[in-house]
Amino acid sequence: MAEVTLTIDGRQVTVPAGTTVLDAARSAGIFIPTLCHDPELTPWGGCRLCVVEIEGMRNLPASCVTTATNGMVVHTASPAVVEARKTIIELLLANHPEDCLTCGRNGDCRLQDYAYLYGVREAGFVGERHHYPLEEDNPFIIRDLNKCILCGKCVRACAEIQGKNVVDFAYRGFNTKITPAMDTSLSGSDCVFCGNCVAVCPVGALQEKGLRAAARTWEVKKVRTTCPYCGTGCTFDLNVKDGRVVGVTSCDGEVNGRALCVKGRFGYGFIHHPDRLTKPLIKRSGVFEEASWEEAINLVAEKLGSIKKEYGSAALGVLSSARCTNEENYLMSKFTRVVLGTNNIDHCARL
Amino acid sequence: MTNPIGDIGGADFILAIGTNTTESHPVIGLQVKKAVRNGATLVVVDPRRTEVAGLAHHHLQLKSGTDIALLNGLANVIISEGLVNKEFVDTRTEGFEALKEAVAKYTPEYVAEITGISPGVIREVARGYATAKNATILYTMGLTQHICGTDNVLAVANLAMLCGHIGKPNSGVNPLRGQNNVQGACDMGALPNVLTGYQSVTLEDVRSRFAAAWGVSELPAKPGLTVGEMIEAAARGEIKGMYIMGENPVLSDPDADHVIHALEKLDFLVVQDIFMTETARLADVVLPAASFAEKDGTFTNTERRVQRVRKAIEPLGEAKPDWQIICLVATAMGYPMQYGSPAEIMEEIARLTPSYGGISYQRLESRSLVWPCPAPDHPGTPILHVGKFARGLGKFHPVEYVPPAELPDEEYPLILNTGRRHFHYHTGTMTLRTGALEEYYGREHLEINPADARSLGIADGDRVRVVSRRGQVEVTARVVDTVPPGVVFTSFHFPEVAINKLTNTARDPVARIPELKVCAVRVEKIA
Ligand code: SF4
Ligand code: SF4
Ligand code: SF4
Ligand code: FES
Repeated sequence: MAEVTLTIDGRQVTVPAGTTVLDAARSAGIFIPTLCHDPELTPWGGCRLCVVEIEGMRNLPASCVTTATNGMVVHTASPAVVEARKTIIELLLANHPEDCLTCGRNGDCRLQDYAYLYGVREAGFVGERHHYPLEEDNPFIIRDLNKCILCGKCVRACAEIQGKNVVDFAYRGFNTKITPAMDTSLSGSDCVFCGNCVAVCPVGALQEKGLRAAARTWEVKKVRTTCPYCGTGCTFDLNVKDGRVVGVTSCDGEVNGRALCVKGRFGYGFIHHPDRLTKPLIKRSGVFEEASWEEAINLVAEKLGSIKKEYGSAALGVLSSARCTNEENYLMSKFTRVVLGTNNIDHCARL
Repeated sequence: MTNPIGDIGGADFILAIGTNTTESHPVIGLQVKKAVRNGATLVVVDPRRTEVAGLAHHHLQLKSGTDIALLNGLANVIISEGLVNKEFVDTRTEGFEALKEAVAKYTPEYVAEITGISPGVIREVARGYATAKNATILYTMGLTQHICGTDNVLAVANLAMLCGHIGKPNSGVNPLRGQNNVQGACDMGALPNVLTGYQSVTLEDVRSRFAAAWGVSELPAKPGLTVGEMIEAAARGEIKGMYIMGENPVLSDPDADHVIHALEKLDFLVVQDIFMTETARLADVVLPAASFAEKDGTFTNTERRVQRVRKAIEPLGEAKPDWQIICLVATAMGYPMQYGSPAEIMEEIARLTPSYGGISYQRLESRSLVWPCPAPDHPGTPILHVGKFARGLGKFHPVEYVPPAELPDEEYPLILNTGRRHFHYHTGTMTLRTGALEEYYGREHLEINPADARSLGIADGDRVRVVSRRGQVEVTARVVDTVPPGVVFTSFHFPEVAINKLTNTARDPVARIPELKVCAVRVEKIA
């Protein structure tokens, strides 16, 4: 494949032809901030935070949509670039609620990160602000359009990852906003609540309802695991706070990338449901009574043992589980064959 | 699956049979959508107009249970129009002549009579599949939950071999498994006829190898009973004790009243689960298990990918991981079973299972592995049958169309079709307790075509009674044209609509899968 060599911040960088300046810089470990760019989505070039200076070009081009060419000389942090980025952040803050203290994304927000990085303390402009009502009429996703920076990532994620086209830009100028068709709410639209838009939103405009109410972003421990629902086997991070699972967030899964469905992303509530069984139960005259493990295990062993003795192994049967782990199914098979002495074992694979 | 999930997005022809992929396997559905966006042709075979059918170039709304006729019809066209991949058939397969003979009578015109699909569409789909560069076939229970389920799968394989759409990227024969670890449970020998990795219990050397590893003198040689057979044996009083781990056959198995009766008849039933399921209520002892978040382990997904499950929190209350409970019971019964961790159990599995031979927690820590993975330095096998089938030559198995076991008649004039919903899972034990999914989709309904609704005097939102020869349920009607006339549809997720009270236990003779997709019912309005 053809290659091009360019100079970024005084360093020679060689990349395959067709690479963007942004990716070329990243491949050399040079940082350029982005808001609307996402490696999995079509480049858009809308936020302009990724601008750089390229010698011989009059304006500051957006690096995420500019192709690297041979001999190009790029400056990613010249005074003009930094000034431009500051202005963009100031403009965004001018129309952003000063709500960080209570925002569920506090600590995990690109706007915060970049304001900090570029030392932007206040808006610098006094402008009109939006007063959109909070959308929280569904149990999965909260939408706060006042915080939306119109990066369009959710629009592209819905179209390109989820293949749904539920949300899009509507209206013009100051009134521009992201909304489902006919300006309805997500629950009034075709939305399937996969939350894949939430996973790409760089700010607090889209949030997981349960997770963000339960924990601040720095309080959670993330544990990578595999979805317990369908056979696709998506990978995600369980978010744990104080020994409780408080939510699910995307990671870069081998099967699914960041995509999940509504069950995987929002179906974790069963884990701590009050109906969970927490003690062994023994039925006595038709009523379940709590028992100790020792008592319960001994009773099981004694009953299965005496049936085997009296009627033979063929009088016993086992159902293993398509929801348990491989290791557990293996042990159940071993137990059935060795201890019970029968091949009467099956599970609901057929159903 | 013969091919990875990620391959689907790159196919240029997708034949999706009886899979409402975007609802049942949403993230696999994304691959289907991606392929379509990239210009692939999508053909969906389903009596219902599902979401994925809405995306299809051809939606073949065939009569329930007539899949084999359709598949044979496609093979007929491919052969008679000279579209067979001759090189593949000559070098990689055997039995072509027998297939040719068997499908000769399945002309598009004859198939049209059985399936209700026009001959022109059958021809067009056959040509599209045969001439595509890479065509993939996806199917689920819509294909296998019939008395002829095994034959359906063979018919699919015949088609793929005729055109050589197997053993290469972006193609293959791809069953999509419903539950997270169905594949793994089968791989691990939670089946009556095989030990791990499908090693038959009837083979002497297999048994003696396992017996030696497990420290016993011999293992039972006679294949055991399947779920359905165990239930029947329990009803007859032949099975007297059962141990059920993490399954809810009262809701998931056909003819629920019969299942309850059979389980009640047992001398002893122990159920191990995370919730008091409809099945657990019938138990003598209920053992509290840990959920997936509370234990380490592995799941094997539908593309044979073995992935880690990691413990995030301590088990709730006194609950224990299933593997620990099994060890306790085994030990109490005089067979000491002890493992320090699931990683140790995997080491034992790898020693006894050629296809898992190279799988270890150490390797899985950095990335997943797709079996067959026979050795510690083997990269895994995402695509099966490349260059050669496991048995050498791929064999064509001619299959004949057989009508469903129970067809509509005067007394039960409608066909009941059952399936899954996007917001729910299996018997609902988990998804009805999330504080979110059930809040959004909290009540089940019966889908019925406007024509049938009109003739029965049923309006949208009416309560109706659905009655089969085996049982009845009450449910709210939703009048929609996504189901064809003569068919009603609902899911099996909701205990209050225990639809498997109605379904038929007639089973496929080989795979023993019950015919959940077709049974005859009548629907009456509740005054
Ligand atoms: S939740 Fe999914 S379907 Fe709904 S708007 Fe977001 S990406 Fe689109
Ligand atoms: S909601 Fe989030 S992702 Fe969508 S445009 Fe606004 S800021 Fe971007
Ligand atoms: S996130 Fe959805 S598609 Fe993925 S494994 Fe879980 S249930 Fe299946
Ligand atoms: S990141 Fe490049 S324009 Fe937004």
